[in-house]
Amino acid sequence: MSSPPMISAAKLKKIYRVGDIEVAALRGVDLEIGRGEFVAIVGPSGSGKSTLFHILGGLTPPSSGSVSIGGTDLSKMTDAERTNMRKTMVGFVFQKYNLLPTLTARGNIEIARNIAGQNGALDPQFEEILKLLGLTSRLSHKPRAMSGGEQQRVAIARAIVNHPALLLADEPTGNLDTENSNAVLGILQDLNRRLGQTILMITHNPEAAAFADRTVTMRDGRIVGDLPV
Amino acid sequence: MINKLVIENLKHRPIRTFLSVLVIGLQVTMVLTLVGLGRGMLDDQKTRAKGIGADLLIRAPGSSAIGLSTNFNSKILPFVQKQPHVRIATGALVQGIGGLNSITGLDLDSFTKLSGGFHFRSGGPFTGADQVIIDEYYANEHKLKLGDPLKILNRDWKVVGIFAPGMLARVVVPLDVLQDLTANTGKLTAIYAKLDNPALTNQVIGALKEKLKEYPIYSMEEWVSLFSVSNVPAFTQFLGVIIGIGVLVGFLVVFLSMYTAVLERTREIGVLKALGASPLYIVNILMRETALLGVIGSILGILMTYGTRWIIDALVPGSLTQAIVPDWWPIASGIALAGALLGAVYPGLKAARQDAIEALSYE
Repeated sequence: MSSPPMISAAKLKKIYRVGDIEVAALRGVDLEIGRGEFVAIVGPSGSGKSTLFHILGGLTPPSSGSVSIGGTDLSKMTDAERTNMRKTMVGFVFQKYNLLPTLTARGNIEIARNIAGQNGALDPQFEEILKLLGLTSRLSHKPRAMSGGEQQRVAIARAIVNHPALLLADEPTGNLDTENSNAVLGILQDLNRRLGQTILMITHNPEAAAFADRTVTMRDGRIVGDLPV
Repeated sequence: MINKLVIENLKHRPIRTFLSVLVIGLQVTMVLTLVGLGRGMLDDQKTRAKGIGADLLIRAPGSSAIGLSTNFNSKILPFVQKQPHVRIATGALVQGIGGLNSITGLDLDSFTKLSGGFHFRSGGPFTGADQVIIDEYYANEHKLKLGDPLKILNRDWKVVGIFAPGMLARVVVPLDVLQDLTANTGKLTAIYAKLDNPALTNQVIGALKEKLKEYPIYSMEEWVSLFSVSNVPAFTQFLGVIIGIGVLVGFLVVFLSMYTAVLERTREIGVLKALGASPLYIVNILMRETALLGVIGSILGILMTYGTRWIIDALVPGSLTQAIVPDWWPIASGIALAGALLGAVYPGLKAARQDAIEALSYE
Protein backbone atom coordinates (compact mmCIF):
# COMPACT_ATOMS: atom_id res chain seq x y z
CA MET A 1 0.00 0.00 0.00
CA SER A 2 1.46 3.34 -1.04
CA SER A 3 1.66 6.17 1.50
CA PRO A 4 -0.70 9.15 1.01
CA PRO A 5 0.75 11.90 -1.19
CA MET A 6 2.49 14.85 0.47
CA ILE A 7 0.57 17.30 -1.69
CA SER A 8 -2.79 16.60 -3.15
CA ALA A 9 -4.63 19.27 -5.15
CA ALA A 10 -7.84 18.72 -7.09
CA LYS A 11 -9.73 21.12 -9.36
CA LEU A 12 -7.87 23.96 -7.74
CA LYS A 13 -9.04 27.38 -8.90
CA LYS A 14 -8.01 30.84 -7.88
CA ILE A 15 -9.72 33.96 -9.13
CA TYR A 16 -8.45 37.42 -8.28
CA ARG A 17 -10.56 40.52 -8.57
CA VAL A 18 -8.69 43.49 -9.98
CA GLY A 19 -11.17 46.35 -9.82
CA ASP A 20 -14.25 45.09 -11.66
CA ILE A 21 -12.33 42.50 -13.63
CA GLU A 22 -11.92 38.91 -12.52
CA VAL A 23 -8.61 37.28 -13.36
CA ALA A 24 -8.40 33.51 -13.24
CA ALA A 25 -4.88 32.68 -12.07
CA LEU A 26 -5.55 28.96 -11.64
CA ARG A 27 -8.17 27.31 -13.81
CA GLY A 28 -8.44 23.83 -12.33
CA VAL A 29 -5.15 22.30 -11.23
CA ASP A 30 -4.86 18.64 -10.30
CA LEU A 31 -1.53 17.71 -8.79
CA GLU A 32 -0.16 15.00 -6.56
CA ILE A 33 3.34 15.04 -5.16
CA GLY A 34 4.63 12.10 -3.18
CA ARG A 35 6.60 12.18 0.04
CA GLY A 36 10.30 12.75 -0.66
CA GLU A 37 9.83 14.03 -4.21
CA PHE A 38 11.78 16.98 -5.66
CA VAL A 39 9.50 18.65 -8.17
CA ALA A 40 10.19 21.65 -10.36
CA ILE A 41 7.32 23.75 -11.62
CA VAL A 42 8.15 25.61 -14.78
CA GLY A 43 6.20 27.92 -17.02
CA PRO A 44 6.12 31.43 -18.42
CA SER A 45 5.15 34.51 -16.42
CA GLY A 46 1.46 34.57 -15.66
CA SER A 47 1.11 30.80 -15.95
CA GLY A 48 -0.07 30.54 -12.33
CA LYS A 49 3.15 29.14 -10.80
CA SER A 50 3.34 31.78 -8.09
CA THR A 51 -0.34 31.52 -7.24
CA LEU A 52 0.03 27.75 -6.83
CA PHE A 53 3.09 28.40 -4.64
CA HIS A 54 1.11 30.80 -2.44
CA ILE A 55 -1.81 28.41 -2.07
CA LEU A 56 0.42 25.41 -1.30
CA GLY A 57 2.30 27.55 1.22
CA GLY A 58 -0.93 28.52 2.96
CA LEU A 59 -0.42 32.21 2.24
CA THR A 60 -3.76 32.52 0.45
CA PRO A 61 -6.81 30.25 0.19
CA PRO A 62 -8.00 28.79 -3.14
CA SER A 63 -11.26 30.10 -4.61
CA SER A 64 -12.47 26.54 -5.13
CA GLY A 65 -11.19 23.01 -5.26
CA SER A 66 -9.32 21.13 -2.58
CA VAL A 67 -5.73 21.06 -1.49
CA SER A 68 -4.06 19.16 1.31
CA ILE A 69 -0.51 18.93 2.57
CA GLY A 70 0.54 15.91 4.57
CA GLY A 71 -3.12 14.95 4.89
CA THR A 72 -4.18 18.39 6.23
CA ASP A 73 -6.88 20.08 4.17
CA LEU A 74 -5.88 23.70 3.55
CA SER A 75 -8.90 24.82 1.59
CA LYS A 76 -11.20 25.00 4.59
CA MET A 77 -8.76 26.61 6.99
CA THR A 78 -9.20 30.08 8.47
CA ASP A 79 -6.41 32.68 8.18
CA ALA A 80 -5.28 31.91 11.73
CA GLU A 81 -5.22 28.17 11.05
CA ARG A 82 -3.16 28.67 7.90
CA THR A 83 -0.75 30.93 9.81
CA ASN A 84 -0.36 28.23 12.42
CA MET A 85 0.13 25.58 9.74
CA ARG A 86 2.99 27.56 8.18
CA LYS A 87 5.03 27.35 11.36
CA THR A 88 5.87 23.70 10.97
CA MET A 89 4.33 22.30 7.79
CA VAL A 90 6.04 24.43 5.15
CA GLY A 91 9.34 26.24 4.75
CA PHE A 92 9.85 29.03 2.25
CA VAL A 93 12.87 29.98 0.18
CA PHE A 94 12.43 33.16 -1.86
CA GLN A 95 14.22 34.60 -4.85
CA LYS A 96 15.32 37.64 -2.83
CA TYR A 97 16.41 35.61 0.21
CA ASN A 98 14.22 37.77 2.47
CA LEU A 99 16.40 37.55 5.52
CA LEU A 100 15.75 40.00 8.35
CA PRO A 101 18.53 42.58 7.88
CA THR A 102 18.88 43.42 11.57
CA LEU A 103 19.58 39.85 12.68
CA THR A 104 22.65 37.69 12.16
CA ALA A 105 22.45 34.47 10.15
CA ARG A 106 21.96 32.54 13.38
CA GLY A 107 19.33 35.07 14.52
CA ASN A 108 17.43 34.59 11.26
CA ILE A 109 17.37 30.84 11.80
CA GLU A 110 16.46 31.15 15.47
CA ILE A 111 13.57 33.55 14.88
CA ALA A 112 11.90 30.91 12.69
CA ARG A 113 12.21 28.44 15.58
CA ASN A 114 10.94 31.06 18.01
CA ILE A 115 7.86 31.66 15.86
CA ALA A 116 7.25 27.91 15.87
CA GLY A 117 7.41 28.00 19.65
CA GLN A 118 10.88 26.53 20.09
CA ASN A 119 13.72 28.22 21.89
CA GLY A 120 17.15 27.28 23.09
CA ALA A 121 20.15 25.93 21.21
CA LEU A 122 19.89 24.35 17.78
CA ASP A 123 19.94 20.55 17.95
CA PRO A 124 23.23 18.79 17.01
CA GLN A 125 21.63 17.25 13.95
CA PHE A 126 20.82 20.70 12.66
CA GLU A 127 24.34 21.90 13.37
CA GLU A 128 25.40 19.11 10.97
CA ILE A 129 23.05 20.50 8.35
CA LEU A 130 24.61 23.94 8.82
CA LYS A 131 27.96 22.33 8.11
CA LEU A 132 26.50 20.74 4.99
CA LEU A 133 25.30 24.21 3.95
CA GLY A 134 28.80 25.58 4.58
CA LEU A 135 27.46 28.16 7.04
CA THR A 136 29.23 27.28 10.27
CA SER A 137 31.73 30.12 10.03
CA ARG A 138 29.18 32.67 8.80
CA LEU A 139 26.53 32.39 11.49
CA SER A 140 27.47 35.54 13.35
CA HIS A 141 27.34 37.71 10.22
CA LYS A 142 24.46 39.92 9.24
CA PRO A 143 22.97 39.60 5.75
CA ARG A 144 24.65 42.74 4.45
CA ALA A 145 28.04 41.15 5.10
CA MET A 146 27.16 38.01 3.14
CA SER A 147 27.13 37.16 -0.56
CA GLY A 148 23.89 36.30 -2.34
CA GLY A 149 24.79 32.62 -2.33
CA GLU A 150 25.48 32.68 1.41
CA GLN A 151 22.25 34.55 2.11
CA GLN A 152 20.28 32.00 0.13
CA ARG A 153 21.91 29.17 2.05
CA VAL A 154 20.89 30.87 5.31
CA ALA A 155 17.37 31.17 3.90
CA ILE A 156 17.39 27.43 3.17
CA ALA A 157 18.58 26.71 6.71
CA ARG A 158 15.82 28.93 8.09
CA ALA A 159 13.23 27.16 5.90
CA ILE A 160 14.11 23.67 7.16
CA VAL A 161 14.93 24.41 10.81
CA ASN A 162 11.43 23.39 11.92
CA HIS A 163 11.57 20.17 9.86
CA PRO A 164 8.71 21.13 7.54
CA ALA A 165 6.81 18.50 5.61
CA LEU A 166 7.30 20.58 2.47
CA LEU A 167 10.01 22.98 1.33
CA LEU A 168 8.73 25.57 -1.14
CA ALA A 169 11.33 27.42 -3.18
CA ASP A 170 10.33 30.33 -5.46
CA GLU A 171 13.05 31.01 -8.04
CA PRO A 172 15.74 30.27 -5.44
CA THR A 173 18.53 30.92 -7.95
CA GLY A 174 16.93 33.90 -9.70
CA ASN A 175 19.39 36.38 -8.19
CA LEU A 176 22.48 34.20 -8.26
CA ASP A 177 25.33 33.62 -10.71
CA THR A 178 25.88 30.18 -12.18
CA GLU A 179 28.35 29.01 -9.58
CA ASN A 180 26.20 30.01 -6.63
CA SER A 181 23.09 28.72 -8.44
CA ASN A 182 24.63 25.31 -8.84
CA ALA A 183 25.73 25.31 -5.20
CA VAL A 184 22.23 26.16 -3.97
CA LEU A 185 20.56 23.65 -6.28
CA GLY A 186 23.09 21.03 -5.23
CA ILE A 187 22.17 21.68 -1.61
CA LEU A 188 18.46 21.32 -2.35
CA GLN A 189 19.16 18.07 -4.16
CA ASP A 190 21.27 16.89 -1.25
CA LEU A 191 18.55 17.71 1.28
CA ASN A 192 16.10 15.80 -0.85
CA ARG A 193 18.29 12.75 -1.31
CA ARG A 194 19.90 12.54 2.10
CA LEU A 195 17.05 13.67 4.34
CA GLY A 196 14.10 12.80 2.14
CA GLN A 197 12.93 16.42 2.21
CA THR A 198 9.96 16.98 -0.09
CA ILE A 199 10.73 20.01 -2.25
CA LEU A 200 8.65 21.99 -4.70
CA MET A 201 10.65 24.53 -6.66
CA ILE A 202 9.36 27.19 -9.03
CA THR A 203 11.79 28.22 -11.74
CA HIS A 204 12.11 29.79 -15.15
CA ASN A 205 15.40 28.12 -15.71
CA PRO A 206 15.50 24.67 -17.40
CA GLU A 207 18.99 24.06 -15.99
CA ALA A 208 17.66 24.56 -12.49
CA ALA A 209 14.66 22.35 -13.22
CA ALA A 210 17.08 19.61 -14.26
CA PHE A 211 18.14 19.19 -10.64
CA ALA A 212 14.61 18.01 -9.76
CA ASP A 213 13.24 14.49 -10.25
CA ARG A 214 10.11 15.66 -11.98
CA THR A 215 9.10 18.73 -13.93
CA VAL A 216 5.56 20.05 -14.00
CA THR A 217 4.85 22.60 -16.72
CA MET A 218 2.15 25.23 -16.32
CA ARG A 219 0.52 27.56 -18.81
CA ASP A 220 -2.50 29.84 -18.45
CA GLY A 221 -3.40 28.52 -15.03
CA ARG A 222 -3.31 24.86 -15.97
CA ILE A 223 -0.83 22.02 -15.86
CA VAL A 224 0.14 21.20 -19.43
CA GLY A 225 3.04 18.81 -18.83
CA ASP A 226 4.22 16.47 -16.08
CA LEU A 227 7.39 14.56 -16.84
CA PRO A 228 10.10 12.82 -14.87
CA VAL A 229 13.51 14.31 -15.62
CA MET B 1 14.74 35.92 20.65
CA ILE B 2 12.08 38.60 20.19
CA ASN B 3 14.04 40.83 22.55
CA LYS B 4 17.14 40.37 20.41
CA LEU B 5 15.15 41.38 17.32
CA VAL B 6 13.67 44.37 19.18
CA ILE B 7 17.10 45.63 20.27
CA GLU B 8 18.62 45.06 16.82
CA ASN B 9 15.69 46.88 15.19
CA LEU B 10 16.22 49.89 17.45
CA LYS B 11 19.96 49.84 16.81
CA HIS B 12 19.33 49.61 13.08
CA ARG B 13 17.94 53.17 12.98
CA PRO B 14 19.95 54.98 15.64
CA ILE B 15 18.81 58.51 14.82
CA ARG B 16 15.14 57.64 14.77
CA THR B 17 15.59 55.75 18.02
CA PHE B 18 17.53 58.60 19.60
CA LEU B 19 14.96 61.22 18.61
CA SER B 20 12.08 59.13 19.92
CA VAL B 21 13.90 58.56 23.20
CA LEU B 22 14.76 62.25 23.43
CA VAL B 23 11.18 63.41 22.94
CA ILE B 24 9.87 60.90 25.47
CA GLY B 25 12.65 62.07 27.80
CA LEU B 26 11.76 65.74 27.32
CA GLN B 27 8.17 64.95 28.14
CA VAL B 28 9.22 63.27 31.38
CA THR B 29 11.58 66.14 32.19
CA MET B 30 8.84 68.68 31.58
CA VAL B 31 6.50 67.05 34.09
CA LEU B 32 9.22 66.37 36.65
CA THR B 33 10.65 69.88 36.38
CA LEU B 34 7.27 71.46 36.82
CA VAL B 35 6.41 69.35 39.85
CA GLY B 36 9.97 69.83 41.12
CA LEU B 37 9.68 73.59 40.79
CA GLY B 38 6.37 73.66 42.58
CA ARG B 39 7.68 71.56 45.39
CA GLY B 40 11.11 73.18 45.49
CA MET B 41 9.67 76.65 45.81
CA LEU B 42 7.26 75.60 48.49
CA ASP B 43 10.06 73.83 50.38
CA ASP B 44 12.07 77.01 50.08
CA GLN B 45 9.17 79.01 51.47
CA LYS B 46 8.81 76.47 54.25
CA THR B 47 12.46 76.77 55.17
CA ARG B 48 12.21 80.52 55.20
CA ALA B 49 8.98 80.49 57.20
CA LYS B 50 10.47 78.09 59.74
CA GLY B 51 13.69 80.12 59.79
CA ILE B 52 11.96 82.92 61.66
CA GLY B 53 11.51 80.77 64.72
CA ALA B 54 7.94 81.93 65.37
CA ASP B 55 5.35 79.65 66.96
CA LEU B 56 2.23 81.04 65.33
CA LEU B 57 1.06 83.11 62.43
CA ILE B 58 -1.94 85.32 61.84
CA ARG B 59 -3.06 86.11 58.29
CA ALA B 60 -5.71 88.43 56.90
CA PRO B 61 -9.35 87.35 57.04
CA GLY B 62 -10.33 85.39 53.93
CA SER B 63 -6.78 84.73 52.74
CA SER B 64 -5.70 81.24 51.70
CA ALA B 65 -2.74 79.43 53.17
CA ILE B 66 -0.54 80.01 50.15
CA GLY B 67 -0.28 83.00 47.90
CA LEU B 68 -0.20 86.66 48.76
CA SER B 69 -2.57 87.51 51.49
CA THR B 70 -4.67 90.64 51.68
CA ASN B 71 -3.64 93.12 54.30
CA PHE B 72 -5.20 93.95 57.62
CA ASN B 73 -5.04 96.68 60.25
CA SER B 74 -1.79 96.73 62.17
CA LYS B 75 -3.64 97.66 65.36
CA ILE B 76 -4.03 93.96 65.97
CA LEU B 77 -0.29 93.66 66.56
CA PRO B 78 -0.23 95.36 70.00
CA PHE B 79 -3.35 93.36 70.87
CA VAL B 80 -1.57 90.10 70.04
CA GLN B 81 1.51 91.27 71.91
CA LYS B 82 -0.57 91.69 75.07
CA GLN B 83 -1.95 88.15 75.05
CA PRO B 84 -0.81 85.73 77.73
CA HIS B 85 2.28 83.67 76.86
CA VAL B 86 3.13 85.83 73.82
CA ARG B 87 6.73 86.82 74.32
CA ILE B 88 7.16 88.84 71.17
CA ALA B 89 5.10 89.52 68.06
CA THR B 90 6.17 91.18 64.83
CA GLY B 91 4.34 92.23 61.72
CA ALA B 92 5.31 91.97 58.07
CA LEU B 93 3.98 93.55 54.92
CA VAL B 94 4.57 91.57 51.72
CA GLN B 95 4.23 93.16 48.31
CA GLY B 96 4.62 91.36 44.98
CA ILE B 97 7.21 92.91 42.68
CA GLY B 98 6.56 90.99 39.53
CA GLY B 99 7.11 87.37 38.66
CA LEU B 100 7.50 85.18 41.69
CA ASN B 101 9.43 87.74 43.67
CA SER B 102 8.19 89.85 46.51
CA ILE B 103 9.49 92.56 48.81
CA THR B 104 8.90 92.37 52.55
CA GLY B 105 8.65 95.22 54.99
CA LEU B 106 9.82 94.40 58.52
CA ASP B 107 10.19 96.16 61.82
CA LEU B 108 13.76 95.13 62.38
CA ASP B 109 13.72 95.58 66.17
CA SER B 110 10.85 93.26 66.95
CA PHE B 111 11.83 90.88 64.14
CA THR B 112 15.33 90.56 65.55
CA LYS B 113 13.97 89.93 69.04
CA LEU B 114 11.71 87.21 67.70
CA SER B 115 14.08 85.48 65.31
CA GLY B 116 17.53 86.30 66.57
CA GLY B 117 18.06 88.52 63.56
CA PHE B 118 19.54 88.13 60.11
CA HIS B 119 22.95 86.55 59.69
CA PHE B 120 24.73 89.05 57.52
CA ARG B 121 27.31 87.76 55.04
CA SER B 122 28.30 91.33 54.39
CA GLY B 123 27.04 94.74 55.43
CA GLY B 124 24.37 95.01 58.12
CA PRO B 125 20.81 96.08 58.92
CA PHE B 126 19.22 99.09 57.28
CA THR B 127 19.42 102.36 59.12
CA GLY B 128 17.68 104.65 56.66
CA ALA B 129 14.51 104.86 54.58
CA ASP B 130 16.05 104.10 51.19
CA GLN B 131 18.03 101.07 52.25
CA VAL B 132 17.38 97.45 51.38
CA ILE B 133 18.83 94.17 52.59
CA ILE B 134 18.77 91.08 50.36
CA ASP B 135 19.62 87.41 50.73
CA GLU B 136 22.56 85.74 49.03
CA TYR B 137 20.47 84.00 46.34
CA TYR B 138 18.90 87.26 45.27
CA ALA B 139 22.29 88.98 45.30
CA ASN B 140 23.83 86.23 43.16
CA GLU B 141 20.99 86.13 40.69
CA HIS B 142 20.95 89.89 40.20
CA LYS B 143 24.71 90.27 40.59
CA LEU B 144 24.34 92.76 43.42
CA LYS B 145 26.91 93.74 46.01
CA LEU B 146 27.00 96.15 48.88
CA GLY B 147 26.39 99.76 47.92
CA ASP B 148 24.71 98.84 44.62
CA PRO B 149 21.50 100.64 43.68
CA LEU B 150 18.36 98.52 43.32
CA LYS B 151 15.17 99.83 41.75
CA ILE B 152 12.07 98.24 43.18
CA LEU B 153 8.53 99.63 43.13
CA ASN B 154 9.77 102.61 41.18
CA ARG B 155 12.08 103.65 43.97
CA ASP B 156 15.86 103.57 44.14
CA TRP B 157 17.17 101.61 47.09
CA LYS B 158 20.71 101.04 48.19
CA VAL B 159 21.89 97.56 49.14
CA VAL B 160 23.33 97.82 52.65
CA GLY B 161 23.30 94.17 53.74
CA ILE B 162 23.43 90.70 52.28
CA PHE B 163 22.17 87.96 54.60
CA ALA B 164 22.20 84.17 54.68
CA PRO B 165 19.10 82.69 52.98
CA GLY B 166 16.33 80.93 54.88
CA MET B 167 15.01 83.94 56.78
CA LEU B 168 11.39 84.71 55.78
CA ALA B 169 12.15 86.86 52.73
CA ARG B 170 14.67 87.59 50.01
CA VAL B 171 14.27 91.36 49.82
CA VAL B 172 13.61 93.31 53.01
CA VAL B 173 13.02 97.02 53.59
CA PRO B 174 11.79 99.02 56.59
CA LEU B 175 8.12 98.27 57.33
CA ASP B 176 6.91 101.87 57.58
CA VAL B 177 8.62 102.83 54.32
CA LEU B 178 6.98 99.98 52.43
CA GLN B 179 3.60 100.70 54.04
CA ASP B 180 3.69 104.31 52.86
CA LEU B 181 5.13 103.48 49.46
CA THR B 182 2.40 100.98 48.64
CA ALA B 183 -0.47 102.95 50.19
CA ASN B 184 -0.75 100.40 52.94
CA THR B 185 -0.10 102.73 55.83
CA GLY B 186 -1.07 100.97 59.05
CA LYS B 187 -1.53 97.62 57.29
CA LEU B 188 0.14 94.24 57.71
CA THR B 189 0.09 91.01 55.69
CA ALA B 190 0.99 88.70 58.53
CA ILE B 191 1.80 88.70 62.23
CA TYR B 192 4.35 86.26 63.62
CA ALA B 193 4.46 85.55 67.33
CA LYS B 194 6.83 83.67 69.58
CA LEU B 195 5.54 82.25 72.84
CA ASP B 196 7.29 81.88 76.15
CA ASN B 197 6.43 78.17 75.99
CA PRO B 198 5.99 76.56 72.54
CA ALA B 199 4.07 73.68 74.14
CA LEU B 200 1.20 76.10 74.74
CA THR B 201 0.88 77.03 71.05
CA ASN B 202 -2.47 75.32 70.50
CA GLN B 203 -3.88 76.75 73.69
CA VAL B 204 -2.84 80.29 72.72
CA ILE B 205 -4.23 79.82 69.19
CA GLY B 206 -7.49 78.62 70.67
CA ALA B 207 -7.73 81.72 72.86
CA LEU B 208 -6.79 84.02 69.96
CA LYS B 209 -9.38 82.47 67.67
CA GLU B 210 -12.04 83.33 70.26
CA LYS B 211 -11.04 86.97 70.08
CA LEU B 212 -10.07 87.28 66.41
CA LYS B 213 -12.86 85.23 64.95
CA GLU B 214 -12.36 86.02 61.23
CA TYR B 215 -8.59 85.67 61.14
CA PRO B 216 -6.91 82.48 60.00
CA ILE B 217 -4.43 81.61 62.75
CA TYR B 218 -1.96 78.79 62.22
CA SER B 219 0.77 77.23 64.25
CA MET B 220 3.95 77.37 62.13
CA GLU B 221 3.93 73.55 62.01
CA GLU B 222 0.41 73.54 60.65
CA TRP B 223 1.08 76.35 58.23
CA VAL B 224 4.13 74.81 56.60
CA SER B 225 2.29 71.50 56.34
CA LEU B 226 -0.16 73.31 54.06
CA PHE B 227 2.70 74.04 51.67
CA SER B 228 1.97 71.30 49.17
CA VAL B 229 1.48 71.68 45.46
CA SER B 230 -2.10 70.48 45.70
CA ASN B 231 -2.89 73.58 47.78
CA VAL B 232 -1.45 75.98 45.22
CA PRO B 233 -4.36 77.50 43.31
CA ALA B 234 -4.52 76.27 39.67
CA PHE B 235 -1.26 74.32 39.95
CA THR B 236 -3.01 70.99 39.50
CA GLN B 237 -4.84 72.24 36.42
CA PHE B 238 -1.64 73.68 35.01
CA LEU B 239 0.15 70.40 35.63
CA GLY B 240 -2.74 68.62 33.93
CA VAL B 241 -2.30 70.77 30.83
CA ILE B 242 1.45 70.11 30.75
CA ILE B 243 0.90 66.36 31.15
CA GLY B 244 -1.73 66.48 28.40
CA ILE B 245 0.66 68.23 26.01
CA GLY B 246 3.43 65.79 26.96
CA VAL B 247 1.27 62.74 26.30
CA LEU B 248 0.13 64.18 22.97
CA VAL B 249 3.67 64.95 21.82
CA GLY B 250 4.95 61.54 22.95
CA PHE B 251 2.00 59.89 21.24
CA LEU B 252 2.59 61.71 17.95
CA VAL B 253 6.33 61.12 17.87
CA VAL B 254 6.04 57.42 18.62
CA PHE B 255 3.16 57.17 16.17
CA LEU B 256 5.28 58.65 13.37
CA SER B 257 8.37 56.72 14.39
CA MET B 258 6.59 53.37 14.51
CA TYR B 259 4.55 54.16 11.42
CA THR B 260 7.68 54.75 9.36
CA ALA B 261 9.24 51.66 10.92
CA VAL B 262 6.26 49.57 9.83
CA LEU B 263 6.34 50.97 6.28
CA GLU B 264 10.06 50.42 6.10
CA ARG B 265 9.73 46.85 7.34
CA THR B 266 6.78 45.86 5.14
CA ARG B 267 8.81 43.11 3.53
CA GLU B 268 10.22 41.88 6.83
CA ILE B 269 6.75 41.70 8.30
CA GLY B 270 5.75 39.66 5.24
CA VAL B 271 8.66 37.29 5.91
CA LEU B 272 7.67 36.87 9.55
CA LYS B 273 4.12 36.13 8.47
CA ALA B 274 5.31 33.59 5.91
CA LEU B 275 7.26 31.93 8.71
CA GLY B 276 4.00 31.61 10.60
CA ALA B 277 4.09 34.66 12.86
CA SER B 278 0.60 35.54 14.10
CA PRO B 279 -0.68 39.15 14.10
CA LEU B 280 -0.17 39.12 17.87
CA TYR B 281 3.49 38.16 17.42
CA ILE B 282 4.03 41.14 15.09
CA VAL B 283 2.21 43.56 17.41
CA ASN B 284 4.21 42.17 20.31
CA ILE B 285 7.49 43.09 18.57
CA LEU B 286 6.36 46.67 17.97
CA MET B 287 4.96 47.07 21.47
CA ARG B 288 8.20 45.83 23.00
CA GLU B 289 10.17 48.25 20.86
CA THR B 290 7.92 51.07 22.00
CA ALA B 291 8.10 50.03 25.64
CA LEU B 292 11.89 49.96 25.43
CA LEU B 293 11.87 53.46 23.90
CA GLY B 294 9.59 54.54 26.72
CA VAL B 295 11.77 53.08 29.45
CA ILE B 296 15.02 54.50 28.07
CA GLY B 297 13.28 57.84 27.42
CA SER B 298 11.99 57.94 30.99
CA ILE B 299 15.43 57.26 32.42
CA LEU B 300 16.87 59.98 30.20
CA GLY B 301 14.08 62.31 31.28
CA ILE B 302 14.79 61.67 34.96
CA LEU B 303 18.49 62.32 34.42
CA MET B 304 17.70 65.51 32.53
CA THR B 305 15.83 66.90 35.56
CA TYR B 306 19.22 67.06 37.31
CA GLY B 307 20.33 69.15 34.34
CA THR B 308 17.39 71.53 34.56
CA ARG B 309 17.99 71.90 38.31
CA TRP B 310 21.60 72.74 37.64
CA ILE B 311 20.60 75.33 35.04
CA ILE B 312 18.01 76.89 37.35
CA ASP B 313 20.46 77.00 40.25
CA ALA B 314 23.07 78.59 38.02
CA LEU B 315 20.83 81.18 36.38
CA VAL B 316 17.99 82.12 38.71
CA PRO B 317 18.75 80.87 42.23
CA GLY B 318 16.82 83.72 43.81
CA SER B 319 13.58 83.23 41.91
CA LEU B 320 13.24 79.52 41.32
CA THR B 321 14.12 76.43 43.29
CA GLN B 322 13.68 72.99 41.78
CA ALA B 323 13.42 69.90 43.91
CA ILE B 324 14.15 66.39 42.64
CA VAL B 325 10.93 64.44 43.06
CA PRO B 326 11.57 60.65 43.06
CA ASP B 327 7.99 59.92 44.06
CA TRP B 328 6.92 61.41 40.73
CA TRP B 329 9.40 59.34 38.66
CA PRO B 330 7.05 56.37 38.26
CA ILE B 331 4.10 58.69 37.58
CA ALA B 332 5.89 60.70 34.87
CA SER B 333 7.37 57.53 33.36
CA GLY B 334 4.00 55.82 33.41
CA ILE B 335 2.41 58.76 31.63
CA ALA B 336 5.19 58.79 29.00
CA LEU B 337 4.93 55.03 28.50
CA ALA B 338 1.17 55.20 28.12
CA GLY B 339 1.44 57.94 25.49
CA ALA B 340 4.10 55.98 23.60
CA LEU B 341 2.21 52.68 23.66
CA LEU B 342 -0.92 54.50 22.50
CA GLY B 343 1.13 55.87 19.61
CA ALA B 344 2.17 52.35 18.61
CA VAL B 345 -1.36 50.96 18.48
CA TYR B 346 -2.28 52.06 14.97
CA PRO B 347 1.08 51.22 13.37
CA GLY B 348 0.92 47.88 15.17
CA LEU B 349 -2.54 47.12 13.80
CA LYS B 350 -1.44 48.17 10.33
CA ALA B 351 1.49 45.79 10.53
CA ALA B 352 -0.65 42.97 11.89
CA ARG B 353 -3.19 43.36 9.09
CA GLN B 354 -0.60 43.44 6.34
CA ASP B 355 -1.16 40.81 3.66
CA ALA B 356 1.84 38.46 3.54
CA ILE B 357 1.87 38.05 -0.24
CA GLU B 358 1.63 41.80 -0.90
CA ALA B 359 4.28 42.47 1.75
CA LEU B 360 6.65 39.94 0.19
CA SER B 361 6.33 41.51 -3.25
CA TYR B 362 6.85 45.01 -1.78
CA GLU B 363 9.90 46.72 -3.24
